[in-house]
Amino acid sequence: MATYTWPEMKSRKVIGQRLSRLDGTEKSSGKAKYSSDLMPDGLLHAVLLSSPHAHAVVRSIDTSAAEKMPGVKSVRIVAKAGTEIQWAGAEIAYVAATSEPAARDAARAIKVNYEVMPHFVREDQITRAGNRAKAAGEQITGDVDQGFKDAAATHEGEYAIPVITHCCLEPHGQMIEWKGEQLNYFPSTQNVSGIGGDLARSLGVPASQIKVHMDHVGGGFGGKFPSDNWGKECANMSKDAGGAPVRMYLDRAQELTIAGVRPSHFAKIKLAAKADGTLTAWESSSWSTGGFTGGGMAPLPYVFTNLPNKRMNHTAVSINGGGARAWRAPNHPQASFLTCAALEDLAAKLNLDPIEVFSKNVQFTPRAETYIRQLKRAAVMIDWQKNWHPRGKGASGHLKRGLGIGIATWGGLGHASKCLAKINADGTVEIMMGTQDLGTGTRTCIAQVVAETLGVPMNMVVVRIGDNSYPASGASGGSTTVGGISASSRKAAAEALDQLLDLVAPQLGVPKDQLQAGDSRIFVKGNPDKAISWKAACQKMGPKTIEATGENNPKQPGGLINQGVGGIQMADVTVDIETGVVRMNKMVAVQDCGMIVNPKLAESQVNGAVIMSICAALMEERIMDEVTGRVLNADMEFYKLAGISDIGEIQCEMEIDEVNDKRGVIGLGEPCAVGGIAAIANAVANAIGVRVPSVPLTPDRVLGALYGNRMERLA
Amino acid sequence: MSDHQDLKNTPSQKQSVSRRGFVQGVGAVTGATALLEQEAQAQGTAGKVMGPAAMAITLNVNGKLLKTTVEPRETLLDTLRHKLDHTGAKRVCDRGTCGACTVIVNNKVSYACTVLALDAVGKKIQTIESLTANGKTHPIVPAFVNNDAQQCGYCTPGFVMASKGFLDRNPNPTYEQVKDGLGGNLCRCGTYVGIRQAVLEAAKKLKA
Repeated sequence: MATYTWPEMKSRKVIGQRLSRLDGTEKSSGKAKYSSDLMPDGLLHAVLLSSPHAHAVVRSIDTSAAEKMPGVKSVRIVAKAGTEIQWAGAEIAYVAATSEPAARDAARAIKVNYEVMPHFVREDQITRAGNRAKAAGEQITGDVDQGFKDAAATHEGEYAIPVITHCCLEPHGQMIEWKGEQLNYFPSTQNVSGIGGDLARSLGVPASQIKVHMDHVGGGFGGKFPSDNWGKECANMSKDAGGAPVRMYLDRAQELTIAGVRPSHFAKIKLAAKADGTLTAWESSSWSTGGFTGGGMAPLPYVFTNLPNKRMNHTAVSINGGGARAWRAPNHPQASFLTCAALEDLAAKLNLDPIEVFSKNVQFTPRAETYIRQLKRAAVMIDWQKNWHPRGKGASGHLKRGLGIGIATWGGLGHASKCLAKINADGTVEIMMGTQDLGTGTRTCIAQVVAETLGVPMNMVVVRIGDNSYPASGASGGSTTVGGISASSRKAAAEALDQLLDLVAPQLGVPKDQLQAGDSRIFVKGNPDKAISWKAACQKMGPKTIEATGENNPKQPGGLINQGVGGIQMADVTVDIETGVVRMNKMVAVQDCGMIVNPKLAESQVNGAVIMSICAALMEERIMDEVTGRVLNADMEFYKLAGISDIGEIQCEMEIDEVNDKRGVIGLGEPCAVGGIAAIANAVANAIGVRVPSVPLTPDRVLGALYGNRMERLA
Repeated sequence: MSDHQDLKNTPSQKQSVSRRGFVQGVGAVTGATALLEQEAQAQGTAGKVMGPAAMAITLNVNGKLLKTTVEPRETLLDTLRHKLDHTGAKRVCDRGTCGACTVIVNNKVSYACTVLALDAVGKKIQTIESLTANGKTHPIVPAFVNNDAQQCGYCTPGFVMASKGFLDRNPNPTYEQVKDGLGGNLCRCGTYVGIRQAVLEAAKKLKA
């Protein structure tokens, strides 16, 4: 098997360049067609009728009136009589009609009789959870009691981070049409190669009948892997309507209610440390929910996993709420917040600078050097020396400024990916891969790798993705895409080039291993004047084309990809202690990253992740109504996201250097989305002198922490 | 009290409609539609009560007169997207919060999800598609690309239109004005850093 490597950092022409994304103009001009933009002739619009009750049994459902309404082409019952509903928003029935208003009218005409049952939707009230709370067992390492005895100081605190939603701007859904035996499926997905098989299983048809196509996806963040029941029902409605195209997307309330959430996490944490801040013991008792099926424990203690003495207990709480889905860096932001908040509180108690305390304890992480380097760099970027003060010891007056730290880690190994590269006789190159571009720049990264490998300009490379007829590539989750697609496209392009070199070697009179591609030519190594142009080389193919495949196998990653990164983020905030309003001054992010294919796109990822952290730290929270059991803020005015004026300044630094570069490509989407919440929460504590125990740090919580009602939201 | 009762009826119930008396003097609903269509096209729709049946209208979209048929309850956004093949504006919150559906109506930046299609009759509607029409590209479009002011791109057309409207009103914006001026739009991927730079770059280009 050939060994594959990346060209030396210094000699690269395309990889590492700050190129604009290939589909940028398409998106910025409104021409990009998302699946939800497809409006073919004869299109039927379908809507979902969802349950108004959080817990109920469907006693009867009558769709006869709906079926007779004008324009209605299909009515499908999901919750037959006898079905037990476990959350508000659960699917009851679907209606497809010639217009969306007609479908909504008909959905309203469906008569459902529910027997309403008691619900439980507030996992923060764990004392009322009863048998909804299930202990997940205790994990112990070392001698925890001795660790606490040996300590110079201990700290005990309670912290909470709520359920949040993905709030993808393009809601979940699809357009589907049956053309004879073939089902054309246009989903909004992170899983182009896999979602067809998933739908085939739920429909009970051969996967070969399902053709998947998607050019763009309007946000996924971990919530868009499966075909979902709405995929199946949409296909069935199309069948009912004689194969007519049917589009069905969740409405905004449904999107925020049933399309996935990030689990909450509540924890009582006890820490012990020596006088210099070195931890000697950790104890945590936590609980969480991700919906009806409960919620697993976040990786606690976060990052400082090699602490010698630790004891963790966790309880999974089942509520009548929509289920969890992977959410950018699953469970890491919660774990980072809980761990870093407790550590910062301990530092304050010991009267130590938290940078010192974090630095003392990175010995318990797998990458101490990385974190030390990043702590130093981030401190410079945020001017820690000048702007930090001991907790609560800032300026007088009602505006209090503070700084805080958050820490992150992630794997990011490239997923399984296959690529087909084709060189045409006119010199153009086509790349085919069943991957998807979530807005991370996947298309652009593929083209950069191929252009670099073949030594041709970017505009010679056509990237075809988003279709399951292309070689399969993994789902985009867990920061696995850039590694997978970079390695498979590098290999496919290298193999294709190898075939082309066979054709030109005789003319240049040297064995092909002495040839190199670059600057739109193929030339003899060390003798660049002995060359043939790329076009002339390709013309030697005559009527044929060259095709080659490349594959990334994460079980045998080779030298092109790698995994395991660290990241540090720091926040600078100002808190008004009269109003409780937290304003972001600045966030800095230092990100360990391996080889970066495109720094411009990578920085966008990091900036975006920092902004998502600001949303989650200051605004985002799914609020459940105890009385009705429904989501109270399943909309975008009360489910708050940060706007352009809420984010302060953001400065990110990718650690691009020879050493990191030699590691190969590593995924980036998750690690930069982890540490920000902790950094902001710690900055607020530093500013106002007390810990606000629950995020988001809304004015009521800040004022509560300052003046009373402390912990009112905790049990 | 009759108002109260009207609220309890769904729009599709003809009874409530006829009690409002909006088809006075016209026997058939189709007749009313034809009449209202003429009125809508001739005068716009201010002060008229229409529906519930669908009616033909003409909208002035990017300088072109486009004919379609809408129910009175249909928004400009859904009409553009579902019926007129203008899918640049996106439906996200569908209630005037996020700005993904931003268009410019009579030179005013508007959320197309909060404008009824009938109310847009006789007005100049500018959509994102107009910014690259007729071989000309508004500088805000390449500025978004150059500054990578987009990720998934679903909020992007709305932001581009809001930025265009902002620059129309503020040709010489400061950085602080840009930060405050685009507060009516939301992005989930977090592209604000690039958007701020894009608007400043476009402002420079527009002056040049």
